[in-house]
Amino acid sequence: MKHQIDARGLACPLPVVNTKNKIQEMQEGESVEVLVDNEIAVQNLTKFAKVRKHAVEAEKVAEKHYRVTITLGEAGGALSGEEEEIVCEPAAGNNTVVVLSANVMGSGEEELGKALMKAFVFALTKQDTFPGTILLYNSGAYLSCEGSDSLEDLKFLEAQGTEIFTCGTCLNFYGMTEKLGVGNVTNMYDIVEALSKASHIIRP
Amino acid sequence: MEDIIFCKGGGCTAKLGAGALSRVLGKLPKKEDANLLVGFDSNDDGAVYRINDRQAIVSTLDFFPPMIEDPYLFGSVAAANALSDIYAMGGEVLTALNIVCFPEHLDMNILGKILQGGSDKVMEAGGVLAGGHSIVDEDIKYGLSVTGIVDPEHIYHNNGCREGDALILTKKLGVGIIMTAHRIKEAHEAAVDEAVASMTFLNKYAAGILRGYEVHACTDITGFGFIVHLLEMLDGAYSAVIDSARIPFFEACRAYAEEFYLTAAAQKNRNHAGDRVRFEKEDFAMEEILFDPQTSGGLLVSVPRNEAEEIVRKMKDKKMPAEIVGYVTEKQEKSVIVK
Repeated sequence: MKHQIDARGLACPLPVVNTKNKIQEMQEGESVEVLVDNEIAVQNLTKFAKVRKHAVEAEKVAEKHYRVTITLGEAGGALSGEEEEIVCEPAAGNNTVVVLSANVMGSGEEELGKALMKAFVFALTKQDTFPGTILLYNSGAYLSCEGSDSLEDLKFLEAQGTEIFTCGTCLNFYGMTEKLGVGNVTNMYDIVEALSKASHIIRP
Repeated sequence: MEDIIFCKGGGCTAKLGAGALSRVLGKLPKKEDANLLVGFDSNDDGAVYRINDRQAIVSTLDFFPPMIEDPYLFGSVAAANALSDIYAMGGEVLTALNIVCFPEHLDMNILGKILQGGSDKVMEAGGVLAGGHSIVDEDIKYGLSVTGIVDPEHIYHNNGCREGDALILTKKLGVGIIMTAHRIKEAHEAAVDEAVASMTFLNKYAAGILRGYEVHACTDITGFGFIVHLLEMLDGAYSAVIDSARIPFFEACRAYAEEFYLTAAAQKNRNHAGDRVRFEKEDFAMEEILFDPQTSGGLLVSVPRNEAEEIVRKMKDKKMPAEIVGYVTEKQEKSVIVK
């Protein structure tokens, strides 16, 4: 049986409190779908499910429309020590650095390369764990500036705790210093430091 | 701007997120003035401007929507909160001006009680309430613009701590959680009363005791919660080891946190702290207490270790729930380690 709560328009803590009350009426294995309108509410619901050891999935349906599905008991016995670590340390896995050094993915037709890059950044938002840092340099800087198709996805990642840094020299060179739409400006020393401390580097 | 709907909460939970704010402030032009001793450059709330070798003016302002129904108590809380910045800088209060937003259709007696609560706190602080400004608005908001005075040689910065310092916290944490539980009518009256009493308590008394000692850094805990204010104090140069067993907090908070009576602001604080914090024990409620946005919270003070016990003893003698909550260490991989 599928339960649903529309908590859009409700302020915290009501989305979580209403979900908690609904769950008290539910059986093991049943799911509840909670609709909310902001990312912080998604994070609070996810936190709730993890602490209570329920399975949780979240997706962005549209602007100001997120769906969080919580399934009772599924994560009960299955939680490994590693996953519990995520509960008490939300930033676990945050040593992963994604490097976007161009506004296209791969070499070939530019139109295709741009479409692939857009899809790549979108796919990052759908992963279970988000990268700790995203570095953008050279024409990659276009992705974090106004007018970029990936701007909303990068903003979403930033809200999930991903740090986003764009090379200042590159912004200057392309005349986009005023157009940075997400994250902060960085320099070569910080880029070198972030790359040398990374546990994984992902470079599309 | 971001399309985030801010949770409609009162007090310092209504503050803008730290990350969002610093991005906006970073874009403003800066004017150099050698007499501006504390300004935007640091994370301090107030500004300090030197007028001569012995005197500097401290200016600060703070206002927010109500978190309690009683207008007199709300006025007292808002005033205590605004006055606190002066004490966190090591100063004394001179004058205060009211900042008022009030709906036209509401009973003016309510406004009268709010202002009376504020006025009584300014008097208790030893200051003069000297005017103010009011506008018609949909929601009530109240606070003060406060002017104080400080010796330029003895300003408490919020980021001057040193390795080996002891960290003292002078009030209990958890008022955000209690007021959130209260908002959805799940809080016990005794818990709310205790939180309100704490919020109306002036940091003047803690600051008075500190005056006799060497203070390396001092800040008041407000909307960014204990952890984010501590991160500001450490300023990327040091780390701190916090003993969760010694954190003063309101007893009822633990149960309320486990029932998820949590604010959006606390989650924003958690996001802002990111991976700079390590919790060594699995204790969800304690994490929430440490991220909980405080309204009119206590002072967090970094002092030489050998002074700390005496300071805390004197504070306890004056009925303050002060504790040594941890120590400043050399920079480690994590900025804050909670044991």
